[in-house]
Amino acid sequence: MNHAATHDVPVIEFDSVSCRFISPDGKATVALRDFSMSVAKGEFIAIVGPTGCGKSTTLSMITGLLKPTTGSVRVMGNPVAGIDPRIGFVFQADAVFPWRTVLENVAAGPMFRGRSKAAAYEEAKEWLRRVGLEKFGNHYPHQLSGGMRKRVALAQTFINKPEILLMDEPFSALDMQTRTLMQDELLQLWSANKGSVVFVTHDLEEAIALADRVFVLTARPATLKKVYEIDLPRPRVTSEIRYEPRFIELSRDIWHDLREEVQIA
Amino acid sequence: MATTFEQPNASLVDPALAEVEKAAQRRLRQRRALIIGLRVLVLVVWLGGWELAGRLKWIDPFFFSMPSLIFTQIIDWFVNGTSQGPLLVQVWVTLEETAIGFAIGAVGGVICGVILGRNKLLSDVFSLYIQIANSIPRVVLGSVFVIALGLGMASKVALAVVMVFFVVFGNAFQGVREADRYMIANAQILGASKRQLTTAVVIPSALSWILASLHVSFGFALVGAVVGEFLGSKQGIGLLISTAQGAFNSSGVFAAMIVLAVVALTMDFLLTRLEKRLLKWRPAAF
Repeated sequence: MNHAATHDVPVIEFDSVSCRFISPDGKATVALRDFSMSVAKGEFIAIVGPTGCGKSTTLSMITGLLKPTTGSVRVMGNPVAGIDPRIGFVFQADAVFPWRTVLENVAAGPMFRGRSKAAAYEEAKEWLRRVGLEKFGNHYPHQLSGGMRKRVALAQTFINKPEILLMDEPFSALDMQTRTLMQDELLQLWSANKGSVVFVTHDLEEAIALADRVFVLTARPATLKKVYEIDLPRPRVTSEIRYEPRFIELSRDIWHDLREEVQIA
Repeated sequence: MATTFEQPNASLVDPALAEVEKAAQRRLRQRRALIIGLRVLVLVVWLGGWELAGRLKWIDPFFFSMPSLIFTQIIDWFVNGTSQGPLLVQVWVTLEETAIGFAIGAVGGVICGVILGRNKLLSDVFSLYIQIANSIPRVVLGSVFVIALGLGMASKVALAVVMVFFVVFGNAFQGVREADRYMIANAQILGASKRQLTTAVVIPSALSWILASLHVSFGFALVGAVVGEFLGSKQGIGLLISTAQGAFNSSGVFAAMIVLAVVALTMDFLLTRLEKRLLKWRPAAF
């Protein structure tokens, strides 16, 4: 199911992309095979697939870390070249700087990009307020819980006002309850930011709860199996939406597709 | 249907709780006093037994010395100086060698760790040799250094450097290859230029690698300096020990050991204080 055609250029476009690389022991692996995907402006899409199928590879191709062997990847209409400053990335592992305080971590982006220290800190304080960490500005990451560290990571990323937000299983390492809170947090921050999001996850319910569209990948070498339109209304409350009948229906359908691939993998 | 429960048991209510706490804390205090008391007792028995055994000739004080003799020797060194010069000069020389060796070894370890961590070819080629060098007890290199660098400070510093280098190198190497990959990627995406990457990520990481092994490396540096002095030197605590050994002065050997222990413990204490301040940002177990 495709969106009605917009006049805007798609923010991210994969055009029959294949990605082959040589693994350290000399074997050629095809990570993506003839993969096509298009993300519109302001859209939240999720990518699910069996573990190891190559979901994270798609993100690496958007940042430019990996180049397509065939096909093309375009960001904002132009082929990918170097790190685009309009892109933000949230990792699965902790990537905040442990030797900096929370405030210094959040201010890092603007400071790297040339803002004055005072201005950067002002903005950082505002963002800490938005993620509910205003009392923890002078704490160090190791003194915070996993969920709080993730919020620091989110603030650190959103402060740069990314037009494209890439997220690689960002909440997988958190416990269920924290994960649900973080999902709501993300939706709130995103609704104010209004950028496009590509969210990679292996958690199907997370994908459906958050996204406008869900892309299901096959087992390796991954290609697009199916795209599902998630027509659940927004704003969504992730802890409650999973009881909507439409959610359950979608969940069943997509799992049906996914299960086939998981069994192959 | 959920049921509600009755009022909690009286012994869980506040005043009773405070009573229980007071009793528990009193027991804790008593236990601590017991432990300190027993420690003192052990010390007294050990030293007293040693002294007694020496005076009653159960053990020969010539070979094993006695606490009173050791004490006399230390006082003598303090007041009259050692055969090499004042006692504190010996301590100072050893500390100087330790500190310089540590500094050079740490910086060298970081630089090599970063170079090999980033360059796969170099790391593949050299990792075998590093492994071999690591498994040889490095103290034996001391003899090489004495021959090559003489009896002065240089040979001790060299041995201390070698001892410290491998520890810091290991930390740095691992850090560059593993933990820091995500931080570097994150910094790049946040907008860091190459220079900013170095100052904002690589250098603080490097410091953390050194600090992670601060205690251990400094300890090794001290060992390197003292052993180097054993093997041949003109000053230092290690020389005190080896001179006393050569003169069959068992009191001297023990006395020098005590001096060394005091130095090591003081350094340990200072290092712990420094670590606590510099490592505010690191969790306790790393």
